[in-house]
Amino acid sequence: MGRLAFDLAHLLAGSLVLLSLLMLYQDRMFSLIRIFAFHAIVLSMSVAWQAFTQGAPHLYITAAIALLFKAFIIPVSLHRIVVRLEVHREIEVVGGVGITMLIGIGLIALSLAVMLPATASADPLAREDLAFALSVVLLGLLMMVTRRNAVTQIIGFMSLENGLILAAAGAKGMPLVVEISVAFSVLIAFIVIGVFLFRIRERFDSVDVGVLEFSRGERQ
Amino acid sequence: MPLALALWYVAGLLVLSVAAIAMRGLPRASAIVYAACGAIAFALLFGAAQRLIAFPDATARLTLPLGLPWIGARFRLDALSCFFLVVINLGAVGACLYAIGYGAHEKEPGRILPFFPAFVAGMNCVVVADDAFTFLVSWEFMSLASWALVLAHHDEAENRRAGFVYIVMASLGATALLLAFGLLAGPSGGYDFATIAATPRPEWLAGLVVVLALVGAGSKAGLAPLHVWLPLAHPAAPSHVSALMSGAMTKVAVYGFIRIVFDLVGPVQLWWSVVMMLLGAGSAVLGVMFAAIERDLKRLLAYSTIENIGVVFTGLGLAMAFKANNIEWAAALAFSAALLHVLNHSLFKSLLFFGAGAVLGATGLRDIEKLGGLIHRMPRSSFAMLGAAMAISALPPLNGFVSEWLLFQAVLVSPALPQWGLKLMTPAVGAALALAAALGAAAFVRMFGIVYLGRPRSPAAIKATETDPWSLAAMFLVLALCLSLGVAPGLVLDAIAPVAHALIGARLPEQSTMAWLTVAPIAEARSSYNGLLVFAFIAISTLTAIEVIHRFGSRAIRRASAWDCGFPNDDPATQYTASSFAQPIRRVFGNIVFSARENVDMPAPGDSRAAHLTVETTDRIWSWIYEPLTGAINRIATSINRLQFLTIRGYLSLVFAALVALLLTVATWR
Amino acid sequence: MALMLDLAAQGAQMSLVLALAPGLLGLTRKIKARLLRRRGPPIVQPYRDLAKLLRKEAVVAENASWLFRSAPYMIFVATWVAASLIPTFATGLIFSWTADLIAITALLGSARFFLALVGMDVGTSFGGIGSSREAMFATLAEPAMIMISFTVALIAGSTQLSSVAEHMLSHLELRVSLGLALFGLIIVALAENARIPVDNPATHLELTMVHEAMILEYSGRHLAVIEMAAALKLLLYVSLAACIFAPWGLAPPGAGPLFWAIGVVAYLFKLLAGGCMLAVFETSIAKMRVFRVPELLGAALMLGFLGVLLLFVSRSL
Repeated sequence: MGRLAFDLAHLLAGSLVLLSLLMLYQDRMFSLIRIFAFHAIVLSMSVAWQAFTQGAPHLYITAAIALLFKAFIIPVSLHRIVVRLEVHREIEVVGGVGITMLIGIGLIALSLAVMLPATASADPLAREDLAFALSVVLLGLLMMVTRRNAVTQIIGFMSLENGLILAAAGAKGMPLVVEISVAFSVLIAFIVIGVFLFRIRERFDSVDVGVLEFSRGERQ
Repeated sequence: MPLALALWYVAGLLVLSVAAIAMRGLPRASAIVYAACGAIAFALLFGAAQRLIAFPDATARLTLPLGLPWIGARFRLDALSCFFLVVINLGAVGACLYAIGYGAHEKEPGRILPFFPAFVAGMNCVVVADDAFTFLVSWEFMSLASWALVLAHHDEAENRRAGFVYIVMASLGATALLLAFGLLAGPSGGYDFATIAATPRPEWLAGLVVVLALVGAGSKAGLAPLHVWLPLAHPAAPSHVSALMSGAMTKVAVYGFIRIVFDLVGPVQLWWSVVMMLLGAGSAVLGVMFAAIERDLKRLLAYSTIENIGVVFTGLGLAMAFKANNIEWAAALAFSAALLHVLNHSLFKSLLFFGAGAVLGATGLRDIEKLGGLIHRMPRSSFAMLGAAMAISALPPLNGFVSEWLLFQAVLVSPALPQWGLKLMTPAVGAALALAAALGAAAFVRMFGIVYLGRPRSPAAIKATETDPWSLAAMFLVLALCLSLGVAPGLVLDAIAPVAHALIGARLPEQSTMAWLTVAPIAEARSSYNGLLVFAFIAISTLTAIEVIHRFGSRAIRRASAWDCGFPNDDPATQYTASSFAQPIRRVFGNIVFSARENVDMPAPGDSRAAHLTVETTDRIWSWIYEPLTGAINRIATSINRLQFLTIRGYLSLVFAALVALLLTVATWR
Repeated sequence: MALMLDLAAQGAQMSLVLALAPGLLGLTRKIKARLLRRRGPPIVQPYRDLAKLLRKEAVVAENASWLFRSAPYMIFVATWVAASLIPTFATGLIFSWTADLIAITALLGSARFFLALVGMDVGTSFGGIGSSREAMFATLAEPAMIMISFTVALIAGSTQLSSVAEHMLSHLELRVSLGLALFGLIIVALAENARIPVDNPATHLELTMVHEAMILEYSGRHLAVIEMAAALKLLLYVSLAACIFAPWGLAPPGAGPLFWAIGVVAYLFKLLAGGCMLAVFETSIAKMRVFRVPELLGAALMLGFLGVLLLFVSRSL
């Protein structure tokens, strides 16, 4: 594999991590959705590049699925949900942006420190892909933890799933069936969550998940 | 300087402190005592510096028939001791010179004069001690002498509290050191340093010793979270004593730590370095953040000491990390950076405390919210303070920058470390250091801007006058040293090299052979800094610019009232205050660090009452660690208090039970 | 003779930055005006302003101290020395090893130290507000700059800008870390030069102003010198970005005057490009609320740190 191939893969995977961080930083709903769409585009580019360098045509399908669903269908429908729910104002973040970003950076360092020594003998491309993928997953989780709004939690979940796809693309030999089934399960999860969102909204007049705690009697 | 001569000098200091008791009634007693003390300190300084340069690798040992009869008191003089002798006595010479003038303000000189030479003697003894007993006795002597000095103005309740907290923390530290040396000496009881260093010991034991040394020396140096006494004790002591405590005594603690960890305990382990770097970087950031919002001038300086000690410990931690991985040249770089920072900090912190003392003497105020405009009334001391503020803010071409720069160069070697955790952590530590440096600059812009610039905020500040010539001489002497260390750091680095060589096993490349006094710690193509040329560039360009502008432009000046966008107001209360200056910083970092809370008391519309804004900040370390601790101790003490009210039979049975328990222990131990 | 030539090259660099700095400012203003469909002042306007200010008498507030009168020169000289230590048209000039990237950052810190101080000298609330905000920005911008320096230094194996430029020329590669560093450097440069979105260089008397508030009391030659320093600082950041991220055309060490001429032409083109990009960027973005700036600068700090972290993932380190 040439140096350019490696550099480009590195660049794409690194941008994915950067975009995850950017999502943590962003506190406006529409910009967040736009960054998420961009995240998916970069992901599909990264997967497509992997397909090209590994000579694995089935990865092109993964890339296409990611591009179609995550870069277009889901963002557009999220956008519509936000408009219908009228929650496009600024998002409430638990704790400050600064702390969240610091924790995010710490998580990246952690995933590098865990992944790089553990996979020292692996192919360098797969190795750094795994490290980046773990960072994206952790950042997605962090986003789900630190945001109060259910819509942003969905975005966090989806970006987490992007990390999984990145890992799957890096690890050669993942069968196509698994990838397609993962993609569809995510889509179904999205639909289910979307439906629930509207139900929640109907009942509690808000999509702030903090409100749900009232109904469970955890807070008075 | 032979070791015996150094000990004679120390003895001379002790004699002086006894003589000071006798002389305290004399009218010129304080000038005589300080002059004599300064002369002895200068002799020590000169001797130590000469020895460091002329015989860097020689070690002198001496045993005196003092102390415990079967051990005697052992002393030694090697490169490390010599370097710290230089640091201590440089501080002492400056402080004595300053005190010749400043001591005249003292109402009760009898409370200070006997203890001051004793304090200097104690510090000198610590660094030449060669066995655990001598070390600990000198350490305690130093602590007690400085405690007496902290309590010099004991009629204020605040100072009494400072003295109490200080003695508690000092006892804690001494206990930890006592245990550390106990573990080092082991069951065979080899108390002299040579035996300790030669004895092999298991890893866990060495680790325990290092933790104890960190508590013992760290509490004296002011490492977070053991720093709580420092911001209390420094404002309480007279200014020249604060200068010596901050500039020299904290360095003695650094010496103790270096001696135990790099010399006595054996091979360095990796996890020590991680703990050190985290504690150091944490102290640096925490200390400087408190300095950036503090209102009390001397307490601000004390917080900044915590920052600088954090920087030194970070450098030592980095040196340990490299040493544990056998990358000796990088370890030598980090170690030299730490030692250079020790010297630098002792200089500019002394100067800052001298300046604070001058302000205190001229106005009687430490609260910077009441000062202002002193640059007009104290032009000379304000110039020296400006230099010190620049030096401590790590700005070229002064000396603070050089050690900071060397430390960054050491951080940049971190990819050479094989451990992934360390590789990723070291740049983070570097970022923390950079943050601390930048915050330090902000804190000292605020300090200088509020105290010296603007318009006076109180009648006392209006009436301020320039301080006495002795104090000024001391300040300018130290300022000149700050500048020369910034311009020619290579010479000092060469003097430090044997110390690094003795403890690390490697040294920086010879700097004095480089052209134009350049400093290039690794290789010139990799990184170099030339303070002399930067200074020359600045000087020449400034003169050229002024000359050209005055010749071809205009040199006319017209004085008019301030513009202030057309609405000037003469009331000094319209100026920015120290609190308002710190507000953005408090707001950015406030929630995380200070748990700052703003209370706004806004009267209802129509109510003519004044509105009030109060800000509460708390030191979380105090509320999280010390308050529960003191609470627990109080509870235990209350419950034990019942022992005071037993019957005689009760006491007898207690004694009896204790005796039986001891016998049982002895019986089962065998 | 060779020494004389080396000294001449160093002197040429010092004069070059001094001569070009107001031009860059004028160029940016001109393009910005054209983008807003205004005609805008001519590019040489900053030179005329400076010349006029230099000839006028200086009005100094009654309670201004000696620091007030001497600090403008310190600010100017620190910035000038910093700017002339960055390779503009040639690497390896005779004094290029005087200071590395970290030292240049610190020199800018010295300039800022004095700038923030003089804001407080006369004792007006405007000066104080400017100084306090400048200090707050600096506490984040400076570490960000240091982290960016770390990224660059770890890639190039040197903090020396000449070595960095040579390394970048000989090892052309795509790297995430370099991208992050560039991104961070742009943010820091915008903040340090008081450009939109951090501060607005075109206005006076807005409550969010920072740089203009500090120098409100200045007039005549003092103001000219400070304005010159500000122009030099802008030039410095553009040359820094050009030297690290676009080192093409830089004359190698020991090269003759022909290479230097090529270097100067390349440098002029880089400045032109930098000015255009700055103008386009400034017209397409709105100013930020002042307490959002720390978040932006914090992001730059994170970017720099992330750049260092991601270096360890790539192959060659």
